[in-house]
Amino acid sequence: MDELQQPPRESSSNAVVFHVHGVTKIYQMGEVQVPALRGIDLDLYNGEFAVLLGASGSGKSTLLNILGGLDTPTEGHVLYGDRDLTRASEKELTAYRRYHVGFVFQFYNLIPSLTARENVAVVTEIAKSPMQPEDALQLVGLGERIHHFPAQLSGGEQQRVAIARAIAKNPDVLLCDEPTGALDSQTGVVVLQALQRVNRQLGTTTAVITHNAGIAQMADRVIHLADGRISQVDINETRVDASELSW
Amino acid sequence: MKALDIKLWRELWDMRMQALAIAMVIVSGVGIFIMSLSTLDSLYETRESYYREHHFAHIFASLKRAPLSLAKRIEEIPGVDKVETRVVAYVNLDVEGFTDPVSGHILSLPDNSRGLLNQIYLRSGRLIEPGHDNEIVLSEEFARAHKLRPGDKLGATINGRRKKLTIVGLALSPEYIYQIAPGAMFPDYARYGVLWMARQPLATAYDMDGAFNNVTLTLDRTMGRGANEQTVIDALDDILKDYGGIGTIARKDQFSNRFLSEELKQQRTIATVFPVIFFGVAAFLLNVVISRLIRLQREEIATLKAFGYSDLAIGLHYLKLVLMIVSIGVVIGIVAGILMGKGMSNIYMDFYSLPYMIYVLKPQVIIAAALISTGVAVMGTLYAVNSAASLPPAQAMRPELPAKYHTTLVERLGLQHWLSQPTRMILRHIERRPLKSLLTTLGIAMACGIMMVSGFQEGAINYMVDVQFGMSQRDDLMAIYTEPTSERSLYSLRNVQGVEHVEGFRDVPARLRFEHRSYRTAVNGVEPDGSLMRLLDTELKRIELPQGGVVLTDYLAELLHIKTGNILSIEVLEGSRPTVQVPVAGIAKQYLGVNAYMRLDALNQLLKEGNALSGALLKVDQRYIRDIYRELKDMPRVAGVVEHKSAIQSFYDTVAESILFFTFISMLLGSSIAFGVIYNSMRIALSERNRELASLRVLGFERGEVAYILLGELALFTLLAIPLGFLIGYGLCAYLASQFESDLYRVPLVLSQDVYAFSALVVLLSSIVSAIMIWRNLAHLDMVAVLKSKE
Ligand SMILES: Nc1ncnc2c1ncn2[C@@H]1O[C@H](COP(=O)(O)OP(=O)(O)OP(=O)(O)O)[C@@H](O)[C@H]1O
Ligand SMILES: [Mg+2]
Repeated sequence: MDELQQPPRESSSNAVVFHVHGVTKIYQMGEVQVPALRGIDLDLYNGEFAVLLGASGSGKSTLLNILGGLDTPTEGHVLYGDRDLTRASEKELTAYRRYHVGFVFQFYNLIPSLTARENVAVVTEIAKSPMQPEDALQLVGLGERIHHFPAQLSGGEQQRVAIARAIAKNPDVLLCDEPTGALDSQTGVVVLQALQRVNRQLGTTTAVITHNAGIAQMADRVIHLADGRISQVDINETRVDASELSW
Repeated sequence: MKALDIKLWRELWDMRMQALAIAMVIVSGVGIFIMSLSTLDSLYETRESYYREHHFAHIFASLKRAPLSLAKRIEEIPGVDKVETRVVAYVNLDVEGFTDPVSGHILSLPDNSRGLLNQIYLRSGRLIEPGHDNEIVLSEEFARAHKLRPGDKLGATINGRRKKLTIVGLALSPEYIYQIAPGAMFPDYARYGVLWMARQPLATAYDMDGAFNNVTLTLDRTMGRGANEQTVIDALDDILKDYGGIGTIARKDQFSNRFLSEELKQQRTIATVFPVIFFGVAAFLLNVVISRLIRLQREEIATLKAFGYSDLAIGLHYLKLVLMIVSIGVVIGIVAGILMGKGMSNIYMDFYSLPYMIYVLKPQVIIAAALISTGVAVMGTLYAVNSAASLPPAQAMRPELPAKYHTTLVERLGLQHWLSQPTRMILRHIERRPLKSLLTTLGIAMACGIMMVSGFQEGAINYMVDVQFGMSQRDDLMAIYTEPTSERSLYSLRNVQGVEHVEGFRDVPARLRFEHRSYRTAVNGVEPDGSLMRLLDTELKRIELPQGGVVLTDYLAELLHIKTGNILSIEVLEGSRPTVQVPVAGIAKQYLGVNAYMRLDALNQLLKEGNALSGALLKVDQRYIRDIYRELKDMPRVAGVVEHKSAIQSFYDTVAESILFFTFISMLLGSSIAFGVIYNSMRIALSERNRELASLRVLGFERGEVAYILLGELALFTLLAIPLGFLIGYGLCAYLASQFESDLYRVPLVLSQDVYAFSALVVLLSSIVSAIMIWRNLAHLDMVAVLKSKE
C-alpha cells in the first residue's frame, strides 16, 4: 500500500486530485447482490496519466463512473480536492461534471444527429472557459472533418471526436473508459496520441481504462483491479510514447 | 443556435411524417374547438345584437280578436315597457310559374315604419307608404327562392279573396330567423314566406278594424327581468282570456328563437366532445412516440448528463420537442379553426335569415385551445420526459436489457402448431405490450367511431323523415282552415277531382298538466280509423286511439313524468276554455314536436263545440295535384296548404351540399386519427424491431415475409379496432342524440349499414396507406448498418 501514497514521478505538482477511501459498490439485482467494488483506496495526482487494468467485470467502469460523479458508492468516500463527492447532491454532481470532468466512452456515444463540431459544441456551450470546438477538433487531428455527422466518420474518427468533446471544456480530469476498445491498433495509437497530447500540453489528470496491457506502458502509473479490489499498482520508470505502441 | 436545439430540429425533421401525423390530430382538435366555439360566440353575439337593435319582443301572444283599447290595459301591467298590437294571418300565396303550395304569414306593419317591436331589417326597396293598400314587404329568403324583386307582384288569398300584391321591399326579421312553416320540419324558403302589409287594409280584410289578434311586448329592463316575466305572462293570459287568447309565451319559447337556441346547444356539445377525443388521441400518440425516442436515446441522454447537463435541461429538451409538435398542430389548428369558424358562421347566416354576422373570435378561445392542447400533450408525455430526466447516467451507459418475451397465451394453450414462426413473433410482440396494443387499437377504434357520427346525422334525418312522413303522417296535402269549421267542409274537399281520401283533424291549443309539471302544446283530434294520421309506438306499430283517452308523444310523457293510466289535466286555451281530466291511454313515438292526440269525436265532445275541424288531410292522385291545389287555394276557408313531401325534397336539395361538406370534413378528421395512430404505431414497431427484421432479411427472409411480421400486427389491430369502433361510434351517436333531444325534435339513434361500412372503409384505407408507407420504409431497411451498430 506504500506505493499508493507516492506521487507520480513526472507530475507537475504533487497535489492529490482524487482521494478514494474505502469505496464499495454493491448492485442490487432483484434478490441478488452483485458486489462490483469491495473496498478501494486510491489517490490520483494532479497531471498524472493513470491506466486502470483488469479483467472484465473487475469493476473498472464502476470505479471510473464513481470518480466522474456518474454514480455514487455504496460505502466509502471519494474526495475531489477537498470536496466529498459521496456527500454531494445531484445538483452539485451535475456542476462537478459540467465544470471539471471530461469523459471518453468506449462506444463514443456521439449524438448521431449532430455534426462533429456540434457534438463538441454541446459541451462547450455549458462550460466555463472552453476551447473553440474547432480548436479541440484540430487538436485530435480532425480539423478537416468538422461538418461530418458521426455516421460519416470511421470508428477511430468518432472516438477522436469524443476525445475532442471531452477535452474541449478544458477539464481538470479526463476519464476514459476503453477509448481504444473498438479500434484497430493503428487507429488506437492515433487516439492515444491525442490523449497523451492533452495530458502533456494541458496537464489534465487522466485516467484510462483498458484491457490492453500494451497501453499501460504510456502511463505514469498502472492500477490493476481484480474482483473489485486494487490488486497491484505499478509505477513506470519511463513512459513509452504513444506513437511507439502497437498491439 | 444551441447545439442541443440543432439536435431537436434535426430529429424533428427526421420524424417529420410522424410529427405531422400527430400534428394533424391536434389540428383537428384545435380546429373543431375554435370553429365550434367561435361560431357559437358569433351566433350569440349576432343574435343578441340583432335582437337588441330590432327590439325583439320578450313576450308574445296570439288571440282571436280584441279591441285596440285593450292595449292600454296591457301597457299597465307592471314591468311592461313597450306594447305593439298587430294583425297576423296565415295565408295561401301564389307565385307566378310556381305550382307547389305556398303559404305564409302576413303581419301588419304601421305605415312607413319598421314596426315598434320586432323591427324588420330592410334589405332593399322601401317601406310601405300610407294609402298604398296593396304594397307588401317580403321576407328576403322567400323572394330569393323565387327571384322576386321590389316591383314584382305576388298573389295572396287574403281571407278568401285573391289579391295581387306589389312587393316594395325585401326584409329580414328577428322574429323569423328560423323561418319555418307551421307543422314543417325544416325551413323551406320556396314554400313558406313572411309578408308585411299595412295595418289598415289587412285589418279591414280580416274584420280587425280597431282590433288586433296578436300582441308582443318588451319588459322594462330596469327591473329584474327574469323575476317578473312569469307574472307578466300570467297577467296577460288573464287579460286575453276573454278575447280568445291561446296562451302567452316568453321569448325563450318563441319558435324561431327556440330553434336557434337548440342549434347553439348542439354547437356547444360538439365543441366539447370532439376536441376531447382528438386531444386524447394526440396525447397518446405523443406519449408513444416520445417514449420510444427517449428509449432510443438513453445513451445520448446519459452522455449529456455525464458532461454536466442537468436533469431539468434534459427534461426540457424533450419537452421542447413535444411543444414543437404541439405548436405546429396548434398554429395550423388555429388558422383552420378560424377559417372553418368563418365558413360555419356564413353557412349559419345563410341558413338562418340573419342580416349580418358578427364573427366573434374571443382571445380566450384561442388561448384555451392552445393551453388545453399543450396541457394534454404535456401530461401525456410527462411520464416519458420525466423518465428521461431522471435516468441515472451510469445505468444508461449500460445497454438496455434484452426485452423480455414470453410464450403467448395462445401458445400455452397448445395451439402453437397452428402458428407460423412469424405469426408467433406477432403475437408475442403484442402480448409483451398489452397496454400499448390496447391503446393503439382503441385509437384506431376512435377514428372509426368519429366517422360514424358524420353518417349518423344524415341517416337519422332520413329515418326521421321516413317515419314521420312515410309511416305516421301519410297525407299528400294538408289544408289548414282559417277557423274551426263544421265537418261538412269535408264534402266539398271530397268532390274535388283527384282527391282520393279526406280526413278531418282538429287542433286545440292547450296547457297540459300532471302534478306540478305543465306544458303548452296542442291537442290533436284525429279520426280514429283514419289512414292518413297514424300514431306509432316504439316498435312502429299502430296505436289504436281509445274512446276516452289521450295519447302523448313519448317526449311529452317524459317531460310531464306521466305514464299510461295516469290522469292528465287538459286546460284548453280556446273557446269556453274548459279544463278536463283525461286518462293517458298510450305513448306514441314521434321525432318531431310534442303533441297530445285524442279521437276527434272525443275531443269535440270535451269542447262541446259540435263537430268542428281545424283542417283536413288529403290523399290525392298525383296527376291532379296541381289542379287540386289550385282549387284549394280558391276556397275561402282554406288558409294554407302544406305539402310535406315537396318541402322535404327541397330541404334536401338545399342542404345536400353542406351535408357533403360535413361528411368530407369528418372523413378528414376520422382519417387524421386513423392515419396518425396507425402510421405512428407502425413506425415505432419498425424502429423497435429494426434489428430483428434486418437480421431476418440477412438470414434470407423476403421483404414480404418480413413485412408480414409488422403489417400482420397492423392488420390484427385494425380488425380488432373496427368492431370496437362500431361500439364507440354507437355510444358517441347515442350521446349526441341524447344531447340533441328537445321538444322541437328528437334525433333517432339509427345507424344504417352504410354508416358502418363507410366508417370501416375509411379506417381500412388509412391502414392501407400506412402499410404502403411502411412497406416503402422496409425497402430501405439497411441490413449492414443495422447489424453493425450496437443498440
Ligand atoms: N447496473 C448494474 N447492475 C447490476 N450489476 C452491475 C451493474 N453495473 C455493473 N454491474 C456488475 O458489476 C461488476 C463490475 O462491473 P463493471 O462494469 O465495473 O466491470 P468492468 O471492469 O468495467 O468490466 P468490462 O471490462 O467488461 O467493462 C460486474 O459483475 C457487473 O456485472
Ligand atoms: Mg467496463
